[in-house]
Amino acid sequence: MASAFEYAPAPESRSVVDIAPSYGLFIDGEFVDAADGKVFKTVSPSSEEVLSEVAQAGEADVDRAVKAARKAFEKWSALPGSERAKYLFRIARIIQERSRELAVLETLDNGKPIKETRDADLPLVAAHFFYYAGWADKLDHAGYGPNPKPLGVAGQVIPWNFPLLMLAWKIAPALATGNTVVLKPAETTPLTALFFADICRQAGLPKGVVNILTGYGDAGAALVEHPDVNKVAFTGSTAVGKKIARHVAGTDKKVTLELGGKGANIVFDDAPIDQAVEGIVNGIFFNQGQVCCAGSRLLVQESIQDELLDSLKRRLSTLRLGDPLDKNTDIGAINSAEQLARITALAETGEAEGAERWSPECELPSAGYWFAPTLFTNVTQAHTIARDEIFGPVLSVLSFRTPDEAVAKANNSQYGLSAGIWTEKGSRILAVANKLRAGVVWANTFNKFDPTSPFGGYKESGFGREGGRHGLEGYLDV
Amino acid sequence: MSETSSSSSTRLSVFKTYKLYVGGKFPRSESGRVYEVSDSKGKWLANAPLSSRKDARDAVVAARKAFGGWSGATAYNRGQILYRVAEMLEGRREQFVREVADAEGLSKSKAGAVVDAAIDRWVWYAGWTDKIAQIVGGANPVAGPYFNLSTPEPTGVVTVVAPQESSFLGLVSVIAPVIATGNTAVVIASEKAPLPALSLGEVLATSDLPGGVVNILSGKAAEMGPHLAAHQDVNAIDLAGADSVLATELEIAAADNLKRVLRPGAADWSADPGTHRMTAFLETKTVWHPTGSLGASGSAY
Repeated sequence: MASAFEYAPAPESRSVVDIAPSYGLFIDGEFVDAADGKVFKTVSPSSEEVLSEVAQAGEADVDRAVKAARKAFEKWSALPGSERAKYLFRIARIIQERSRELAVLETLDNGKPIKETRDADLPLVAAHFFYYAGWADKLDHAGYGPNPKPLGVAGQVIPWNFPLLMLAWKIAPALATGNTVVLKPAETTPLTALFFADICRQAGLPKGVVNILTGYGDAGAALVEHPDVNKVAFTGSTAVGKKIARHVAGTDKKVTLELGGKGANIVFDDAPIDQAVEGIVNGIFFNQGQVCCAGSRLLVQESIQDELLDSLKRRLSTLRLGDPLDKNTDIGAINSAEQLARITALAETGEAEGAERWSPECELPSAGYWFAPTLFTNVTQAHTIARDEIFGPVLSVLSFRTPDEAVAKANNSQYGLSAGIWTEKGSRILAVANKLRAGVVWANTFNKFDPTSPFGGYKESGFGREGGRHGLEGYLDV
Repeated sequence: MSETSSSSSTRLSVFKTYKLYVGGKFPRSESGRVYEVSDSKGKWLANAPLSSRKDARDAVVAARKAFGGWSGATAYNRGQILYRVAEMLEGRREQFVREVADAEGLSKSKAGAVVDAAIDRWVWYAGWTDKIAQIVGGANPVAGPYFNLSTPEPTGVVTVVAPQESSFLGLVSVIAPVIATGNTAVVIASEKAPLPALSLGEVLATSDLPGGVVNILSGKAAEMGPHLAAHQDVNAIDLAGADSVLATELEIAAADNLKRVLRPGAADWSADPGTHRMTAFLETKTVWHPTGSLGASGSAY
């Protein structure tokens, strides 16, 4: 938008990161080619520039990595917890040292603003390793009985929306509890996981304890289905989560699933409007809305709907969309052409089903994958855009009259991951929070994360919790 | 019961018609079907309802209807009601000793020990209702100006495939943890020994337990199980009494709406139950709120 105060470009320097032209799989402490020699390219979603070429894991590579993890398990699990802790502390510290490099790399490969990778992703990644490092020699006190045992080899498959943070959520508790891991990052964001492999080498982590397989869904499926995997941890779509749940039936594999969401952000008539608007913007436009716990349904009390929407639209008009490396950028690129197509199609469905579409005036760059911040009004609970997870910067606005109606609408979803409540009345916060069927409830705030705080969903948003003491359970034989 | 009149008396004993326990009522199977239940020596004991898919669906409706009230009851209240179940059982101890002895082919003294253990198990879980949240929940020390609290909540309606061999202690050991935490249950009793379970329904009905919190069906797990495992309004399933083939089939069906699944394990029902049968059917909810700030200096006191 035209503004009295234009910002000069303030790009973060790319020179802090050195991306090699090609990378192998990280198996048993070495970077190796895929058995069949396949490779694929990873591009920067904001420019479509090819960043690097990485090995594409197949079934043989999965088997090799699982064997390496199995071999490493005996010694790793037998290490005193205090020694495992020190490896994890080392990793946490190296991540802190290299955080600017990793933030720039993540922004390049993922398309999210540097403001987010620098101030949210990377600090949380380091904190997560630091937190679980401390658990490694205190497991007797975690509430799972004396001397709880690890499961063995963990097969972990993570998404592209928070590549390094999801890696941290998976690897830190697994290693702290004495498991070894084979992790497959998403095909569109393989680079930070490969840099993490290098950090494992710098930390002197024993070979085979962490193995990184870049590749596509077939490699993820092969990993999940490998008979010598004891634990499956998956973050991604509910459809794939259900496939995994079917696959592990009748096996001894322990599973945790962090899946989709359609979070309701409920604004009552006594809410501080300006703060609520900031929370709504954070809830649905953080990371371009590509967040499983996004507040993608705005439930606003009817009496303040017009006032709130006016403020919200005014605020959206000030969001800066563009170069993710620019420190002033609020909205970065959509992660892939495929995801952009999905968002586009769902937004078109919203219009076709009769909802009213609005976006601020917003110039999209000519190269790369972009989607303007969008909100829909006149949305009913039956609309596709009120039910399906869009995983993009698209907000569906619904209204309500009473707290009961707000709760009923919020819970009217197959999902149950997150919810928000905005009101100045304490008793109402507690009453509504109590009734919401969601794993995380943010009251007068939104999208807050912390390694000490368990995260995970009700219903079809998955099961198990990541973070906090609760996050240990998924990696212990208890 | 098959106990007929003794030769010295002309009085015929009164048989009991064993019925299901659904929504606080005692219906027959809507299918009109029954099957013969025999003791361990093959002697006829009674006819039990052979529940149908429709009975199972009715039980889910009853369990869902009861969930709001039961999960919203205070933990103290739930504890008192579970303790009341123990009290009621103690008073009907002899009946259950006889039924368990018949069902499992045990001597009177061994059956007595089983019933005592089952009564004590209700007492154990009665005491857990208002403690489990302190064991598995709590405040999280987040790195920021936020109050952050994790609390356990019941997952919802739980289908329980009760143990086949341990018709009473096993049964109580799987029902009590499910309802102690505020869930409601649809229970498939032991197929060949359902009578103690059906009689338990009569005890639950007189223990102030709201109707629908526990629903007990007799019949074939292999017939009802798949429908309950696939039911979209069931949140979880305990496979304790399913054999490995059925357990796998039910776990696959349960994936359709991502039910929480407790797989069958080697079960010693007389051992310390631990907490895992409760935590298996608990969700963790974490609520955040900003704490605000009173300024950097704070109070000196």
